[in-house]
Amino acid sequence: MVALETTVTGPAGTAPRAAGMAIDVRAVSHRFELHGAPLPVLDGVELRVEPGELVALLGPSGCGKSTLLRLIAGLEPPSSGRILADGRPIGGPDPSRVVVFQDPTLYPWRTVRDNVALGLEARGLLRSQGRRVEEALALVGLTGFAKAYPHQLSGGMAQRAALARALVNDPRLLVLDEPLGKLDSLTRLAMQSELVELWRSSGFTGLLVTHDIEEALFMATRVIVFSERPARIKADLPVDRPYPRHRGDPVLTELRHRILELLGLAETW
Amino acid sequence: MSVNDTAAALPAADGEALPSRDRLPRQAVRFGAVALLWLAAAGVTALWPDADEWERTGEFASLLAVAAGILAVAASLAAPLTAAPGGTARPAPRSRLSHAAGRLADSMPWLAVLALALIGWEVLTAKLNLLPRPFFAPPQALLEVYLDDWPRLLDCFAASLTLLATGYAIGSLLGIVTGVAIGWSRAVGYWVHPVLRLIGPLPATAWLPIAFFAFPTSWSASVFLIALASGVPVTILTWSGVAGVNSAYYDIARTLGASPRFLVTKVAVPAAMPHVFVGLFMGLGASFAVLVVAEMLGVKSGIGWYLQWAQGWAAYANMYAALLVMALVCSGLVTLLFRVRDRLLAWQKGMLKW
Ligand SMILES: Nc1ncnc2c1ncn2[C@@H]1O[C@H](COP(=O)(O)OP(=O)(O)OP(=O)(O)O)[C@@H](O)[C@H]1O
Ligand SMILES: [Mg+2]
Repeated sequence: MVALETTVTGPAGTAPRAAGMAIDVRAVSHRFELHGAPLPVLDGVELRVEPGELVALLGPSGCGKSTLLRLIAGLEPPSSGRILADGRPIGGPDPSRVVVFQDPTLYPWRTVRDNVALGLEARGLLRSQGRRVEEALALVGLTGFAKAYPHQLSGGMAQRAALARALVNDPRLLVLDEPLGKLDSLTRLAMQSELVELWRSSGFTGLLVTHDIEEALFMATRVIVFSERPARIKADLPVDRPYPRHRGDPVLTELRHRILELLGLAETW
Repeated sequence: MSVNDTAAALPAADGEALPSRDRLPRQAVRFGAVALLWLAAAGVTALWPDADEWERTGEFASLLAVAAGILAVAASLAAPLTAAPGGTARPAPRSRLSHAAGRLADSMPWLAVLALALIGWEVLTAKLNLLPRPFFAPPQALLEVYLDDWPRLLDCFAASLTLLATGYAIGSLLGIVTGVAIGWSRAVGYWVHPVLRLIGPLPATAWLPIAFFAFPTSWSASVFLIALASGVPVTILTWSGVAGVNSAYYDIARTLGASPRFLVTKVAVPAAMPHVFVGLFMGLGASFAVLVVAEMLGVKSGIGWYLQWAQGWAAYANMYAALLVMALVCSGLVTLLFRVRDRLLAWQKGMLKW
């Protein structure tokens, strides 16, 4: 695994180089308009994420997980409540908080390399830090496809490219909205381990939305379970197991059972 | 080579499912047959006396003979290149030369039909005088125009192209800028949109009388008209392209720290490019039309004026000659635009080939 060089460089070989960001979601509610009627999506969500945590968000489809991530990214202000990043209110998007969206949405007119370089280019850092692009491509295993256009990629490759596009910015908060959803199960397992490695070596704070309970338990330090829409936090379960984890760990199996119960799927156990 | 030689060779060559090593002579024979058709056109022109005297009949016949010669040489060079050693119907292009040879092979049916059409045209006009004169000129009359009147034709085309390029460049640039501005800014959209809706559908030529009156010179008036004709479709298509940009593209760039300027130049404009090019194609077509009309009615130069002048003198051969070159030039410009588009939009899949 290739390590990404970070902007904050500590003494050689010491622990986390980019410090993770603390996120405070305080009594956040949010609603959309749908056919003229209000559609409440988030209902009094209260969530504190400590620096360096990797928190998984689980919940039924359409409950409002992606919406919460958009609010944290600063793309929209919440209808009510406040979101703080390191104690300061979020006023808009910022490259220190990078999102990998559910849909890879690569720019079809840019090659994979230029897509990955997007953040550096937007901030005028491409000259000085262009090397990071190749490193990020190597990290997600797309070195050979640097010159390909998005329509020439498979769904999983596109998602990996979107991941590289986020990682290249050395974020302090990495928001992942089902980043492995389109990968085949083998690549998926490999990428889970790689992401955990990456998170452990870089020290960013991670927020991970997933539909895969095993994935959440394998990767996260905490699992938040949401209710049906409007989303409320149903449970906040710490996953207190050391890394690297084992998928067969009986503690994880027990947790998995509890989460299935919370999601109303206990009978499938 | 005589007609009989080829005729003797033809049946064998046309036989179906020949072994692959026979493809070489077969291809060569097809090329040779077409060359022979051109030679026949030259023969008919030169040997069959004209009904009326035409000055350039000899030159025209020589031209046809030269074409036949070129075809024969190209055929003998190309035949071995297009022949597939493995027996596949069309070999993968190995070099630029064999690629060109393949294209030549592709155009053989067209070249054959063209030779036949020239023979028909020559016979119906110059040889038998069957079509009413002076409306139908024989091909050698067109050649006469090119040989005698080329300086004036060249001047006219230069003038037209300058006018077209000026107007089209101004129109498309303004169109792109306006389209992006409408798509991007609510305020600009509020003020410009109604104007565009009112003026857009009006044919640019409707402004002709006002333009010639309002502008200091008929040339600047024509530039204005061409810019208007090309600018309107470019504006509308650019605008619709920018308005249709997937909002997720903006979200991505914004979370990565993009400035509004970056969002416009690096996200909105490239994302709208396919639409912009549709507008550019529509604008180019519209500007051809306006160019000719403006030159016929106001500007005392250019190809529109030449057509008008030729018609005034009943010089129909000049008109056909000018029309022919004009068709080639317009088609060339469209091809050029397609090339530019193919370059810029290489990222799109399934692009239309012109
Ligand atoms: N821009 C919008 N306008 C109106 N309604 C919206 C909008 N965005 C999302 N919604 C609604 O908000 C609800 C939550 O959407 P969201 O995308 O957050 O769900 P999700 O939890 O991420 O679901 P999934 O797991 O399927 O991705 C949905 O019912 C959706 O219809
Ligand atoms: Mg979602």
